[in-house]
Amino acid sequence: MINDTLQNRRYVIAIIISVVLGIFILRLFSLQIFESKYKEGADSNAFLKKTLFPSRGLIYDRNHTLLVYNKPAYDITLILREIRDLDTLAFCKAMNIDKSYFINRIAEIKDRKKNLGYSSYTPQIFMTQLNIEDIATIQQSMYKFPGFYVQKRTLREYAFSGAAHVLGSIGEVSQKRIENDNYYKSGDYIGRDGVEYTYEKILRGTKGIEILLRDAKGRIKGKYENGAKDIASKAGENLTLTLDIQLQVLGEKLMTGKIGSIVAIEPQTGEILAMVSNPAFNPSLLVGRQRSKNYSELLHDPEKPLMNRATQAQYSPGSTFKLIQALVHQQLGGINEVTRYSCNGLASSPIRCTHSHGSPVGLLNAIEQSCNPYFWNAFKSSVEKDGYGQKNMLFKKNYTDWRNTIMSFGFGKKIDDSDIYEQVRGNIPSENFYNRCYGETGWRAITIRSLSIGQGEVLVTPLQLANSAAAIANQGYYISPHLNKNDSMQKKIHHTLVEKKYFLIVIEGMSRVFEYGTARASRIEGLEMFGKTGTVENSRGKNHSIFMGFAPRENPKIAIAVVVENAGYGSVYAAPIFSLLVEQYIKGKIERVELQERITKIVTNTNVKER
Amino acid sequence: MSRNVSIKYALDWTTVIFYVILVVMGWLSIYGASYNFDQSDIFDWEQRAGKQFIWILTAFVLGGVLLLLDYKIYNYFAYIFYGAVLLLLIFTIFAPSSIVPDIKGSRSWIVLGPVSFQPAELAKIATALVLAKFMSAYNFKLKNWKDLLPLALLIFIPFSLIILQKETGSALIFVSFLLMFYREGMKGIVLLIGVYAIILFVVVIKFSIIPLQPEGATLGIILAMGIIVLTQFVYAFFYVKNRKEALIFLLGIIVIAGLSVLLHQWIPLNYNFVALFLVVISCIYWIFVELFNRFRKYWYIVSISLAAALFSFSSDYLFNKMLESHQQIRIKVLLNMEEDLIGAGYNVNQSKIAIGSGGLWGKGFLNGTQTKLKYVPEQDTDFIFCTVGEEHGFWGSTLVLVIFWLLLMRLLRIAERQREVFNRVYAYSVVSILFFHLMINIGMVLGLMPVIGIPLPFFSYGGSSLWGFTMLLFILLRLDASRLERLT
Ligand SMILES: [Zn+2]
Repeated sequence: MINDTLQNRRYVIAIIISVVLGIFILRLFSLQIFESKYKEGADSNAFLKKTLFPSRGLIYDRNHTLLVYNKPAYDITLILREIRDLDTLAFCKAMNIDKSYFINRIAEIKDRKKNLGYSSYTPQIFMTQLNIEDIATIQQSMYKFPGFYVQKRTLREYAFSGAAHVLGSIGEVSQKRIENDNYYKSGDYIGRDGVEYTYEKILRGTKGIEILLRDAKGRIKGKYENGAKDIASKAGENLTLTLDIQLQVLGEKLMTGKIGSIVAIEPQTGEILAMVSNPAFNPSLLVGRQRSKNYSELLHDPEKPLMNRATQAQYSPGSTFKLIQALVHQQLGGINEVTRYSCNGLASSPIRCTHSHGSPVGLLNAIEQSCNPYFWNAFKSSVEKDGYGQKNMLFKKNYTDWRNTIMSFGFGKKIDDSDIYEQVRGNIPSENFYNRCYGETGWRAITIRSLSIGQGEVLVTPLQLANSAAAIANQGYYISPHLNKNDSMQKKIHHTLVEKKYFLIVIEGMSRVFEYGTARASRIEGLEMFGKTGTVENSRGKNHSIFMGFAPRENPKIAIAVVVENAGYGSVYAAPIFSLLVEQYIKGKIERVELQERITKIVTNTNVKER
Repeated sequence: MSRNVSIKYALDWTTVIFYVILVVMGWLSIYGASYNFDQSDIFDWEQRAGKQFIWILTAFVLGGVLLLLDYKIYNYFAYIFYGAVLLLLIFTIFAPSSIVPDIKGSRSWIVLGPVSFQPAELAKIATALVLAKFMSAYNFKLKNWKDLLPLALLIFIPFSLIILQKETGSALIFVSFLLMFYREGMKGIVLLIGVYAIILFVVVIKFSIIPLQPEGATLGIILAMGIIVLTQFVYAFFYVKNRKEALIFLLGIIVIAGLSVLLHQWIPLNYNFVALFLVVISCIYWIFVELFNRFRKYWYIVSISLAAALFSFSSDYLFNKMLESHQQIRIKVLLNMEEDLIGAGYNVNQSKIAIGSGGLWGKGFLNGTQTKLKYVPEQDTDFIFCTVGEEHGFWGSTLVLVIFWLLLMRLLRIAERQREVFNRVYAYSVVSILFFHLMINIGMVLGLMPVIGIPLPFFSYGGSSLWGFTMLLFILLRLDASRLERLT
C-alpha cells in the first residue's frame, strides 16, 4: 500500500522542522552569547548619558579681585538617528544659518575622520557657544525639530579688558588631544593658552553624568535606577594669580601705541606682578562664536598680537647687560672694585663710548655712565685672565665659566620650573657655537667683543631680564617667576654663581643711574630706585628702548624689565615707564599724572591696533 | 452527558497543556512588552495585557465550544465553510472603509464595534478543511502533476484574494500546504525545486551588485549558471551514475569556459551570455546522452536546468528593474548587502539589539529596556519574541522554541494516528501552518528572513490571531478525539 512508504515522510517533515528550529537556536546563541555588540547597542539606545558640565574655576588677582568668571552659553546638539521629518529650511531660519552651513556641518559630524566619537545614537555638537540672546528665540521653536537639543554650557567672561596673554583662552578641544586623553569628547572646551592651559586640570573640574531612560521617540522616561548610577559634576577650583591687576592695567595703558613688553616680579617670592605684551587684545574677543573669526584676524595681523612678547620675544639686552657683566667679572676675578680703565669717549677702540665722562673710570662710574670701553676691558680681562693656552683651551675654559655664570641668572634657557608655558630660550652663545662659526682656534675675546656690551649673539626675553633684576635685588638668588599664587611655587629657588658680596657695588651703581646717570629724569622724590637703561641697536629700524631695575633697596618689592621696540633711547621711553610702575606699586597711586599722560600718548608704531 | 465524559478521556491533554503554556507565556510577554513605568496592573483593561487576558478567556471558551460540537460537521460543511470564507474575503476587498479601514496600507481587517478580525485567519482554516475534504475523496490520489491542479486552484483562490487585500504575509502562509502535500504523496522534487529556486535567487541578487564587466555581466548570474551546471554534473555522476559521461561533460565545460576567456581578448564577450550558452550547450549534451544511452532520466534535469536559467535571468531583471526601491532595500538588508539602520534595516537591527542584549539569562521579567522603551517596532505583535529574548535571555527563548518543537512533534504524532484521511490531511495542514508562522516570524525577528508581518502563534497580541490559531488547533483536537468516540 502506498501509505506505508508515505508514512516515513513524517520523519522528513520532523527533520525539516527540527533543523529550522535548530538553526534558530544557533542564531540565538550567536546573538545573545557570542556577540557583545548588541549589548552596547542596547545601552546606547536606552540610556541617554547626559554630560553634566562642571563650572570652570574662577580666576582672581593677588588682591582677590575677580578677573575671570563664567557666563551661561548654549550648544545645539543633535542625535542623528532621532531626527525625523526635518524641515531644513525652517530649521536654518530658526538657527539663523544658511543651508550650505547646515549641510557642511552635518557632513562634518558624520565624517569619522574629523569626528572620532561619531555615533548616530549619541548627542553630537551641531553649533556651540550661543549666547543667551541667541538661544531665547531658538528655544521657542525647538519642539519642531525632534533630535535637536539645547545643552547648557559656560563661557568665560572677563572683568578687565587686559592680561589676555597671561589669562589665555578656552576653545574647543583639538582632535589630537581627544585621541590622547579620554577625558575629552569632541566639542568639549579646553584651556588653549595662558594659565587656562597651564592650570586646565585644576580649573576644569570633573564632568558628571546623568543617566536618563529614553524611549524610541527620544522622550525621557525618567532617571535610570532613580539616579543611583549618576555622577555629580565637580566644579573646577578657583585660581589666584600673582598679578596685581592695577599694575597690569597701568602697564598696558603705558604701552599704548607701542610695541614691546613689561614684566614686573616681586623679587622675594618670584611672583609676577604684571606681564604686559603689546599689541594686545581684549580676551573676550576669543570667547563664543566669534572666536574663530577673531582668532584668525589676530593670527594674521603682521604685528603679531597673539604673541606674548614678555616670554616669546628675544632681544639683545644692550647696556642693561652690563649689570650682570659687572657681577660676573667680579666673580671671575676679571675686575674688582678698584679696577679702572681709561675711556677715550667716541675715539675709544675697539668699542667707542657714547657718553662723555672723566677717565679713567672705576666700576661705579662705569655703570652710572654706561661706559662701553670699561666693560670691554673687563670682559677681556675675565676671559683672557689665563691667556689663551694651547689651542686657546684656557681662553675657552674661561669663556665657558663666564657663560655658565651668566646663565645662572636665568639667561639662555627656559625657566622650566615655571608655570608659564609659552617661553623661548633666549641665547647665550656656547663655545661650540663660536667653534662652528670661526673654527676651533679662530676666535678670541676681540672676536666676540660685542657680547661685553650686550649686543651681538646674546638674546634675552623680557621675563629673563626682569628675573635677573630680581636676582640682583635679592643679592644672589631668584625664585622662578610664576603666575599661580600658590605658596609651593616659592620653593623653586635658584642661587646665582655670583657671591653676595659682589652685589653691593653694582646696586650702588644702579642707584647712581638715577642720581647722576641716564635715568635721572625718572627720579621720584623720597623713593630710591635702582636700574639701568639700554639702547639696543637692531636691524629692524630705530633702537629698542630697554630698562631694568628694582626698588627699594631693603626688602625689594618690585623688579621690572621694560622693552619698547624701535622707540629710541632707553632713558626716554623705558625708564619713565619703569618709574611710573614703581610709583604705582609702592605708593599705590600715580602722582605724576602729567608724565603718565605724556607716556601713554606716545605712539612709536602706527600699525598697533587697539583691540 | 456521556458524550462529555468521553471527550474528557479522548482529548489529547498534552497538546492542550502546551497550548495553555504558550498562551500564558505570550500573555506575560505582552505585559512585559507594553509595561510602562506608570501603569503596572496586568489586568488593566485599558492596557494590552488586560485586553489580551480577555482574548485568552474567550479563546478558551471558543476552544471548549469547538470540542463540544459534533466532529462530523467539519467534514460535512467543509465546502460551505470554504465558500462562505471566500465571500467574506471578497466582501473585505469591496467593503466600505467604515467597516474595513486601511491599516498600514492593507485592507484586511473587518471592524465591527469593539471587535475586529481578519478573515484571512478563517481562510487558513477553511482551506485546510476543504483540502482535507477534497483529498479524502474515495478515489483521490496525489501522484501526478495533474492531481495537484485542483488543489492548487483551491489554494490559489483565497491566496489571491488575500494578496488583493495587500496582506502578503498571510498569503505566503498558503505555501505551507506544500508540506502537507508532500506527506500525502507529492513528489519530493517539488520541495527540492523550491529550495533550489531560493538558493539561485539569493545568489543572483547577492552578487548582482558586483559588476564583472563593462558589458554588463554580473557575478550573480555567472555563479547561478555555475550552480546549474554543477547540479547537472552531480546528478549524472552520483544519481544516474553515468560517471564517464559526467567527466567528459565537466572537461568540456572547462574547455569552453577557457576558450571564451581567450576569445574575449579579441572579441568582447558578455560573460552572462557565455554562461547561458554553456547551460544551453550542456542541456543539448544531456539530450544526446539520453538518446544514445536510452536512459529516460535526463529529461528532468534538462527541463529544470532551462527553467532555472530562465528563473535566474528573470530574477535579476525583476529585482533590478521591476521591484520598487523600498522592496529592493528590504531584500538587500536581509542579504547583508546594505546597512540601512534608519530605514528598512531599523526594525531588524533593533530586534537583534533587543534579543542580543538579553544575554544568557536575560534582564529579568519586566526589566527589558529595549522593548519597554519602544525601540522594537510592533513589539507586542509581530516582534513579541524580542521581549522573550531580552527579558529571559538565551535560556528563555530556547525554552519557548523547545515548547513549540514539542507541540509540533506532538501534532505530527496525532496526525499519524488518524485513520481517516480527512483527519490526517487536516492535521498535517495544522502542522504546516503553525510551522510556517513560526519559521517566518522567528526568522524575521532573528534577521534570517525578510520582514514579513505575520504573528507568532499563541504569543502575539490580538484576539483575531489568537482565536484563529485556537480554532485551527481545537478543530484538530476534536477530530482526534473522535477516534475513541467511534470505538465506544
Ligand atoms: Zn666711557
